[in-house]
Amino acid sequence: MKETLLLTKHMRDFPENSHNIDVYEKNNGYSALKKVLKEDNPENVINEIKDSNIRGRGGAGFPTGVKWGFLAEDEDRYLVINGDESEPGTFKDRILLERDPHQLIEGVIITCFASNIKKAFIYIRGEYAKPARRVQEAVEQAYEKGYLGDNILGTNLSLDIVVHLGAGAYICGEETALLNSLEGKRGEPRLKPPYFPAVMGLYNKPTLVNNVETISSVPWIINNSGKEYAKLGVEGSTGTRIFSLSGHVRTPGNFEIEMGKSFGEFVDTFGNGIKDDKKVKAYIPGGASAPWFTGDQLDIKMTIDDVANAGSMLGSGAVVVMDEDTNLVYAAKSIVSFFAHESCGQCTPCREGTTWLEMILERIASGRGRLSDISLLVDVCDNISPGLSWPPKMTTICPLGPSAVSPITSLLDNFSDELMKMLPTKIPIAQ
Amino acid sequence: MSWDNELLERAHKIIELYPQKRSALGPLLYLAQEKDGFISDDSIVEISNLVDITEVQVKSVSSFYSMYKEEQTGTYLLSVCKSISCEINDSRSVINSVKEFTGLENYETDQDKLFTFEEVECIGACGGAPAVQVNYETVEGLTPEKTIEMCEWLKNDKPEIIVADQLQNKFGGTKSFDWAIEDNTGSAYTVPGFQNIGTAKEKDN
Ligand SMILES: Cc1cc2nc3c(=O)[nH]c(=O)nc-3n(C[C@H](O)[C@H](O)[C@H](O)COP(=O)(O)O)c2cc1C
Ligand code: SF4
Ligand code: FES
Repeated sequence: MKETLLLTKHMRDFPENSHNIDVYEKNNGYSALKKVLKEDNPENVINEIKDSNIRGRGGAGFPTGVKWGFLAEDEDRYLVINGDESEPGTFKDRILLERDPHQLIEGVIITCFASNIKKAFIYIRGEYAKPARRVQEAVEQAYEKGYLGDNILGTNLSLDIVVHLGAGAYICGEETALLNSLEGKRGEPRLKPPYFPAVMGLYNKPTLVNNVETISSVPWIINNSGKEYAKLGVEGSTGTRIFSLSGHVRTPGNFEIEMGKSFGEFVDTFGNGIKDDKKVKAYIPGGASAPWFTGDQLDIKMTIDDVANAGSMLGSGAVVVMDEDTNLVYAAKSIVSFFAHESCGQCTPCREGTTWLEMILERIASGRGRLSDISLLVDVCDNISPGLSWPPKMTTICPLGPSAVSPITSLLDNFSDELMKMLPTKIPIAQ
Repeated sequence: MSWDNELLERAHKIIELYPQKRSALGPLLYLAQEKDGFISDDSIVEISNLVDITEVQVKSVSSFYSMYKEEQTGTYLLSVCKSISCEINDSRSVINSVKEFTGLENYETDQDKLFTFEEVECIGACGGAPAVQVNYETVEGLTPEKTIEMCEWLKNDKPEIIVADQLQNKFGGTKSFDWAIEDNTGSAYTVPGFQNIGTAKEKDN
């Protein structure tokens, strides 16, 4: 198993200065932009993206070409790049922002050309100060060289990019919350319908929201054609994907591969196996929101559909490996606490439910649990996501609430013995 | 204290970046925090005038986001990650060593206003777990010993500008990926160092 480098090739070839515009230009950088400007046919660009079958890399996996096709007509339309990357386990956008900002900017310009957009925002989470500095520096270089501003490269295309910092709220990764945040409001998700970004987005105008990795793929697709891109990977999961591998592996990191190989092979090849030669007890296939798989399920293929059919999601592409000595109750508590902390508070099942789940797990983890806590967990989960099915049924505005249920169902389905082990053997007397 | 002309000028420049004034609210709150180390009532009044919304609206936004602080922070904000990849790589021991060195509990600031300590959720450094940020500059692959060394260094040397690369070289270990390009720019406040808000500072070598 080998990496297939499309998005991370330039940064590998020029580790010392891949972020510099001169180095980027010398190595075919901005050639995709020049190509589309020469052809001057926005429709073709959208068709190439459709041909590539690329699906969004932010988590939901929506086909990008289809999304672009939905964008409503209006004089003012916006592109917003989602660089809020905060899903625990995920650090792949960070490398794209930090090490190859011009690839993203070129993707942004092409996207705006294709959809007749004159203003784009790159929303980067507040904790990514260094990546944001690199992107801002790159934006300034691009202005100086005439890739941004009025009359880009002598054409009548104009585009301004503003890099905007978030301020520490995971929920702002949800696209409508992100738009609220960018409008200077609390980062609370909006109701869909009516607030589909493509129709009523930023300032109520049609808006494309796309992930950093999605848009960073655009220059390669334009240079090599959508059909070439679609040849990589497997049907339904075309192209490459940058997976963030962390946890108990020997060599964690970001690895760009074609989708379709098994998780086991991935962990062995790139993670170089588990530290101290331990066994895998469980792993998370797609970020903290995703239900876990067990160490016996390492042969599942890394595609959007295979993972979904096995009862989880490829989500943000974050693989977190937990070895045989991991206390999974602590692990579940960490994830549930995350969602309790990050709930925006609009929906009662999520706001109250995640807090209760956290408290119950805290009680169990501290050795003061009771047998009835198990059914209490199930009951609270059922209020957040009725039936505890996958994909989850929703009682809430956004999927954050149901995400907090994932680690608990994972525990109950496959590791209930671990939960039981944490319960005291003697029945505590009420005091 | 209200904002001086220099700060107001920076504020107006930020507002101009956006089609609607209110979008500048977040960045302006960073200016407020740079000024006082937290979001003061005076700054709330100032910002509400600058972007034409009520003070309550400003407060409602500032209280939503965890990076805007309601109480004064110390010179160095120590944010230790406790999310899943760090949790299973023993972030507890890093948390404990910070607590031990500073004597602080979560969200506390010491009397000398040197350190503020907080446990935070994932900072996108999971491949280098356990990870910490100092004034939003990342260090990866910490050990409890290195964490104490870092705190001692901050306390004794009192660096004016915190730079991720410097922290990483001095105290870090395993990284999420090869950072490759050495950087000299960082932050001098408990806000992210970022050009658009005028908080990115370059360190002399
Ligand atoms: C709770 C929550 C958090 C999310 N966080 C992110 C994120 O950090 N980055 C991201 O690109 N998408 C995130 N998404 C997905 C976005 O809502 C949206 O689908 C995505 O940005 C669209 O871009 P794409 O089609 O290119 O993937 C999140 C969704 C939810 C529900
Ligand atoms: S599900 Fe949770 S995070 Fe999502 S809108 Fe409702 S309260 Fe907010
Ligand atoms: S889990 Fe700690 S940095 Fe991501």
